[in-house]
Amino acid sequence: MRFAVIVFPGSNCDVDMYHAVKDELGADVEYVWHDAESLDEFDGILLPGGFSYGDYLRSGAIARFSNVMKEVVKAAEAGKPVLGVCNGFQILLEAGLLPGAMRRNESLKFICRPVELKVENNETMFSSAYEKDEVITIPIAHGEGNYYCDEETLAKLKDNNQIVFTYNGSNPNGSLENIAGIINEKGNVLGMMPHPERAVDELLGGADGLKLFQSIVKQWREAHVVKA
Amino acid sequence: MSLKLEPSPEQLKEMKVYKEMGLTDEEFAMVEKILGRLPNYTEIGLFSVMWSEHCSYKNSKPVLKKFPTKGERVLQGPGEGAGIVDIGDEQAVVFKIESHNHPSAIEPYQGAATGVGGIIRDVFSMGARPVAMLNSLRFGELDNARTKYLFKEVVAGIAGYGNCIGIPTVGGEIQFDPAYEGNPLVNAMCVGLIDHKDIQKGRAHGVGNTVMYVGAKTGRDGIHGATFASEELTDQSEENRPAVQVGDPFMEKLLLEACLELVKSDALVGIQDMGAAGLTSSSAEMASKAGSGIEMNLDLVPQRETGMTAYEMMLSESQERMLIVVKKGREQEIVDLFSKYDLEAVAIGKVTDDKMLRLIHNGEIVADVPADALAEEAPVYHKPSQEPAYYREYQDMENDIPAVEDYKETLINLLQQPTIASKEWVYDQYDYMVRTNTVVSPGSDAAVIRIRGTKKGLAMTTDCNSRYIYLDPETGGKISVAEAARNIVCSGGEPLAITDGLNFGSPEKPEIFWQIEKAADGISAACLALDTPVIGGNVSLYNETNGEAIYPTPIIGMVGLVKDLNHVTTQAFKAAGDLIYLLGETKDEFGGSELQKLTYGKIFGKAPEIDLDIEGKNQKQVLNAIRSGLVASAHDVAEGGLAVAIAESLIGSNGLGANVQISGNKVSALFSESQSRFLLTVKKENQQQFESLVDAKLIGEVTEQPVLTISSEEGLVLAEQVEALGQAWKGAISCLLK
Repeated sequence: MRFAVIVFPGSNCDVDMYHAVKDELGADVEYVWHDAESLDEFDGILLPGGFSYGDYLRSGAIARFSNVMKEVVKAAEAGKPVLGVCNGFQILLEAGLLPGAMRRNESLKFICRPVELKVENNETMFSSAYEKDEVITIPIAHGEGNYYCDEETLAKLKDNNQIVFTYNGSNPNGSLENIAGIINEKGNVLGMMPHPERAVDELLGGADGLKLFQSIVKQWREAHVVKA
Repeated sequence: MSLKLEPSPEQLKEMKVYKEMGLTDEEFAMVEKILGRLPNYTEIGLFSVMWSEHCSYKNSKPVLKKFPTKGERVLQGPGEGAGIVDIGDEQAVVFKIESHNHPSAIEPYQGAATGVGGIIRDVFSMGARPVAMLNSLRFGELDNARTKYLFKEVVAGIAGYGNCIGIPTVGGEIQFDPAYEGNPLVNAMCVGLIDHKDIQKGRAHGVGNTVMYVGAKTGRDGIHGATFASEELTDQSEENRPAVQVGDPFMEKLLLEACLELVKSDALVGIQDMGAAGLTSSSAEMASKAGSGIEMNLDLVPQRETGMTAYEMMLSESQERMLIVVKKGREQEIVDLFSKYDLEAVAIGKVTDDKMLRLIHNGEIVADVPADALAEEAPVYHKPSQEPAYYREYQDMENDIPAVEDYKETLINLLQQPTIASKEWVYDQYDYMVRTNTVVSPGSDAAVIRIRGTKKGLAMTTDCNSRYIYLDPETGGKISVAEAARNIVCSGGEPLAITDGLNFGSPEKPEIFWQIEKAADGISAACLALDTPVIGGNVSLYNETNGEAIYPTPIIGMVGLVKDLNHVTTQAFKAAGDLIYLLGETKDEFGGSELQKLTYGKIFGKAPEIDLDIEGKNQKQVLNAIRSGLVASAHDVAEGGLAVAIAESLIGSNGLGANVQISGNKVSALFSESQSRFLLTVKKENQQQFESLVDAKLIGEVTEQPVLTISSEEGLVLAEQVEALGQAWKGAISCLLK
């Protein structure tokens, strides 16, 4: 399985994502610059955190117009796994691949710390290696992670079981219903504010994020074994 | 077309316009002599910034000479963008600290943000990948709206820049004291990694080679920033707001990535940051160091505003710009490289052989001055020095032990002092994990980051107890270096070298100059004793408000090498049953201590003594024991003394407690700030081996029950739930900010 880490001007967790996949997961991975014309050769698309285009105007608002985003949409439509973390999540929202929007953290301050998440839905291609209701520790690092959507959207998210991760215990940013990560209806596009790529090595304080990447690979293998 | 009328050379002299720029009559006469004619307005502008204290170190040079700057591992000492130290395997660590005090006093968010941006550029202009940031901050007491505003905005500015550019802010220190009320200190340190083969120098070699301008456009911001930094603050300083630059971390992220790609190209000859004094310092210094000249056509400089004069362009301190020299004929490669990052790279001049900095604007030569005169020939002043009366008075005092009635209450009070209390409110706002190398996060003695692909790590810290330095600059200077080294050792690192951020009042005052000299003597002695040379730094003088100087504050930024990440140690107690040891002698020392400040509301007397031989010996023993795998936790005993150190180790321990026995005077045993002391815990099975390596005293045991109990020969001294200690320590700063 080959992963692409999309690099926008101002991405800064691209290196973390790349090394999590390469060193800890042991899968193939490449950096792909934002002006790339095609993502056809990749099986999984990773949108890393950072401050794409300085997050000027609004987080992710400019990045969605990048050349490569047309290809990201295409990959999503083709059913490939697309993971957006932090700024990557914000870009997926701006691009309309996921519903809702981000507001500034309730405290109006940037927050960086490990937080507890609850796995609400373990029946996705991103979370199958976790137990349902498992509590995991993953760091957050954002200024705008206060997820919001209207009531209708929220009802749909709930009905379709699209809320994958919630904050366990205290909510760090004021997000609606403690939402930390959501998936699209089709189940192949996940956006989350916490950084699983920062939690793949015990040396740095924990490896609870690794199962997320392992889930993606497991699903892909199973799909391809069936095909073969 | 210039929109402004500039004074003629004759008017300049007659009306003494140069005085507004910070030059003296004597200095103007020197310029006239160097040129053999009267300088024009642009030329005198060049001299005024290059001969400012900030750029020329004209007042501090005699002091800086005292520092030991050489060592086996030192690859680059002071004089370039940042110093470089070898760490083996053809790798090296690059680091430097820099102040941005005056801008931060006027415009705290942008002042702090551009301080971060500037020091990052210093590091990547050497060819290094910046891997970590630290800072050192000083504010007045958090009891008034202005100080709270400064504190919040400075922290937000550091976070805003560092988080966006994606370099983890992993450590720092903050102290609060009325001495900084009008003149806060904001010092930022950047640490980078480099392979030996990529080391760059800021030199304009090769006659005919092309001088290129890369990065953001030039605007009218920050004009005369270096001069502003070299004056005292007054109530009128608010008017200098235009001298504060505005930062764009996104632009710098692009510039950083482009420059790190650039240093791999053999088309590059030299590179230098346009920091203080912008185009002027970068061009003059690059030419001067190479023994060449530079000619630039200012019409070609990318400009953000219309109608800028030569004077404005040369003195602008617009951020996120670099000056580079590339081989003639290779310009297009550079243009292409930068365009990938949507950045401009424009040829604006060439290297010449006449050692002149020549500027052309609108087809006319607007400045023609020797590059050496700007970069190297600023006058050097040996300021008079005089021991202040207060020093003698303090030295003659007997050691005073403050009276303590309730030990528990005193401990809780100390834990709530903002200087001691948890800085979580601050580092929560810094992305300290990005780049996923942070092994020890903020809150322990020194931060540690791993070097990916090796088993090595880098330990780093900033330290300075300015109260000790005020009481006794020489002893305090020694303590600052020793404490930094102690923090590195506690984290499992071997101290390598230091960078110093020398923040003082006005050198025109003999008593202040005496502080500078004595502090430098102390720092030098400790650097020699601990084998940590000074590889670079920054001088910030004139830190005064309406005539009142700050405490002398030479901040020590130190980096250490962790040979094997298995040696990484933190301050938190690890397991019930572990034995608690204290290494180092406790004396009745309270001069400048937190307890003295708490008890009397002021500081006085002698600073704690320090014997550098004992310091070195203790550090070696601890590092040796850590490397032998015998130490479970290690913590430097510093502000607040042993009781505070134990409390801190417990608060971070996930619900452990401790039983501790003290002897001698109880107040001293608990709260004295005697130097060269370490709090260590050791697994019981390692007791014998540990005791054979370290001359430490067994003082207690880690317990399962989360209570701190301290007793003496006379019985119980204090007992308190660790939870309660933690609440006092954690909540103090956010409580003060409400």
